Amino acid sequence: MKAFAALLDRLVYTPGRDAKLRLLADYFARNPDPDRGYALAALTGTLDLAQAKPALVRDLVEARVDAELFRWSYDFVGDLAETVSLIWPKRPEGEVPTLSEVVESLQRAGRRDVPGLIEGWLDRLDVDQRWALIKLVTGGLRVGVSARLARTALATWSGKPLAEIEEIWHGVTPPFTGLFAWLAGRGERPAADATALFRPLMLAHPIEDAELNELDARAYRAEWKWDGIRVQLVAGGAARRLYSRSGDDVSATFPEIVEAMDFDAVLDGELLVGRVTDQGWQPAPFNDLQQRLNRKTGVRGLMESHPAFVRLYDILLDGGEDLRAQPFDERRRRLVAWHGAHARERFDISPLIEFADWGRLRELRAEAREASIEGLMLKRGDSPYLAGRVRGPWFKWKRAPLTVDAVLMYAQRGHGKRSSFYSDFTFGVWRRDLGGAAELVPVGKAYFGFTDAELAALDRWVRSHTVERYGPVRAVEHALVLEIACDSVHASPRHKSGVAMRFPRVHRIRWDKPAAEADDLETVTRMVVAAS
Amino acid sequence: MSDPARGGHWIRPTPTGLYVEPGDFYIDPGRPVGRAVISHGHSDHARSGHDHVLATRETLAIMAGRHGQDCAGAMQAVAYGESLVIGGVTLRLAPAGHILGSAQIVLEHAGQRIVVSGDYKRRPDPTCPPFEAVPCDVFITEATFGLPVFRHPPDRDEIAKLLATAALFPERAMLVGVYALGKCQRVIALLRQAGYDKPIFLHGQLGAMCDVYRRCGVELGELRPVIGMIKEGLAGAIVLAPPGAAAERWARRLPEPLVAQASGWMRVKQRAKQSGVELPLVISDHADWDELLQTIDEIEAPEIWVTHGREEALVHAAKARGRKARALALVGYDEEGS
Repeated sequence: MKAFAALLDRLVYTPGRDAKLRLLADYFARNPDPDRGYALAALTGTLDLAQAKPALVRDLVEARVDAELFRWSYDFVGDLAETVSLIWPKRPEGEVPTLSEVVESLQRAGRRDVPGLIEGWLDRLDVDQRWALIKLVTGGLRVGVSARLARTALATWSGKPLAEIEEIWHGVTPPFTGLFAWLAGRGERPAADATALFRPLMLAHPIEDAELNELDARAYRAEWKWDGIRVQLVAGGAARRLYSRSGDDVSATFPEIVEAMDFDAVLDGELLVGRVTDQGWQPAPFNDLQQRLNRKTGVRGLMESHPAFVRLYDILLDGGEDLRAQPFDERRRRLVAWHGAHARERFDISPLIEFADWGRLRELRAEAREASIEGLMLKRGDSPYLAGRVRGPWFKWKRAPLTVDAVLMYAQRGHGKRSSFYSDFTFGVWRRDLGGAAELVPVGKAYFGFTDAELAALDRWVRSHTVERYGPVRAVEHALVLEIACDSVHASPRHKSGVAMRFPRVHRIRWDKPAAEADDLETVTRMVVAAS
Repeated sequence: MSDPARGGHWIRPTPTGLYVEPGDFYIDPGRPVGRAVISHGHSDHARSGHDHVLATRETLAIMAGRHGQDCAGAMQAVAYGESLVIGGVTLRLAPAGHILGSAQIVLEHAGQRIVVSGDYKRRPDPTCPPFEAVPCDVFITEATFGLPVFRHPPDRDEIAKLLATAALFPERAMLVGVYALGKCQRVIALLRQAGYDKPIFLHGQLGAMCDVYRRCGVELGELRPVIGMIKEGLAGAIVLAPPGAAAERWARRLPEPLVAQASGWMRVKQRAKQSGVELPLVISDHADWDELLQTIDEIEAPEIWVTHGREEALVHAAKARGRKARALALVGYDEEGS
């Protein structure tokens, strides 16, 4: 538990991706099997443990600590796991259990043994270790590490390509001893679970309008870039898996899709929510899909109000036949044929767009108003399906961004290279009441889009226009207008303004524009994409 | 204010500070007075402008270093253990273990002994002599960390964390936020104890107090100002600066600073995160909860008064131990240097 607790403690405070990778790689390098394997499982959400409820932990501490003192402490700290780990009255005694000892004991234990085990460990652990234990047994570490980042750290540490690790990821199980042996150069590469194997996706490069003319329009096929989440569907034998683009298994979140996957193929597509009309599926904006993301299971009510479907882009395997080396045009033909033979109500095909030249495509792109369209995809007709982001065969040509003139309200300092710079900007727009009085309401936060020189200038401005400080945050005079670009605007009851922006970034700093002339909330609300 | 039925009716809290009536002096007064006895050099306890100040030699050196030689009308140095009588009150200073020169004030009058702890801690500190437990009738204690969630880990673990992080990020500077008096020198001394013998770099505001410590005989090893260093020269270096300097433009001379802070408040994750700290170091110059209780147990005073901090929990715990206890609610002592 010692090294694992120290790792979690460091991760909690470490904001930077690179720094997190280094902490993880260092942990994997220094710790033995099977500890590091269980740590990897805990970080990637693949650890199967009898979970304890927070109430159990609370009962344990209340039996040991004066109720009044506990109440004051909990009020002060605000988090149960942390309060318990700090207030636990015993100074650590005896040998610190290893992570494997904790995990394996919990896996063997019956439900009634769990409280006694936890209490015994709490007596042997120090503060950080108790916190790690409580996080581990109550589920959800929340240390800002995704499964993908943990796998990337494996690649960083071992020097093995990430794509290879992802290919075999779903064939290996905790504590991943075989995986670590291969990564450490001491063993064979574990066999991938061929029936449910994730194949790294082919990704596109962004392209700008001006670059298009360098490409031969006849060599490319165009289709809409749908605004959902990219998925890979793998089905065959008894296995059915729905993977996100980073290779995470999201099957449990969309059971209705998995249920419909009674076929033997590997497909690439966009997962969307929407409704069925006479013309087939009508996708809803991304915001609607978001209601269903980051849930471990499908919620019945949401499955009915926000049903999911997959708009297919590509076919990688048909039966046992690997089509990845075939050109796009051939795979497309196979996809259409496959869909004809396996018509399912949960799947349709992303249509190809007819166009003679780039001029025509520009017009079509400009006319597309649907919220569920993010832009266009351009794919070479002769391109094989290649893992990763290869420059040339596929491009994404996003829709022109929306822009809003907003007023800078708060600035927060960054981390690492940016730790002495105010680099995270919260901005707002005017809301007018019936009497015409205006107040600013925050509509978003942006921390990129500017050059280093612009950042330095913004930082100077923030320092000389601060009106109040709250820790690392400064409130500033409402006097600087930022032109904010975003991909789309969505209705959001969780925000005071009622709207939320997607990918907001600082497009231009409007040193010239008076704050009073910034946009109104009404203008921004009009940009909200209508729910279909 | 004072209740003759209780102990210590000759000492009472006032808005200016604790007032010792028969001796006509204040302890750590918050504004200029005729006669002041100062427990230690932190600015909320040691203000300038008193006519007469009595304190340890080290505390007087610190006051002169911060406020100038003329910060008081007259200064009287008293060594630990030396007794003197002021208006019928016998006074003696005992080590408090808080920072260099910090003292508890032991007062005897009318057959009764009262000890004012000032700020204190119980764990060893290479920069000052350890706290001395003095049996007494009334113990007047601080309670900065008077909640059972504050239990400081061993110093060496925190220093080891700093050194391990420095080794893992050799291209970055470790920027450690420390209070200029006490914490700064203690962190340096702890690093030296851990065998760290490279130069330690200082923000300009930290040099003066380090010089005072050295003149008082505390070894700090090689210290260098940050100013004048090229950025690359600070890769992997440990740099000490006042808390908050990380947000200042000053910090841009450091290569990708990794912001640490040494304070007892770093114990609570949310508090540490809110202050934008990437590496919290729980190193405190105040007694933690266990030390507060340990002290109450050792001193065996039947009556406990709590000056400042989270009084209610400590009063509650002292009562549960069968002591009379009350909160004095003294104002004006902030949490700097905690």
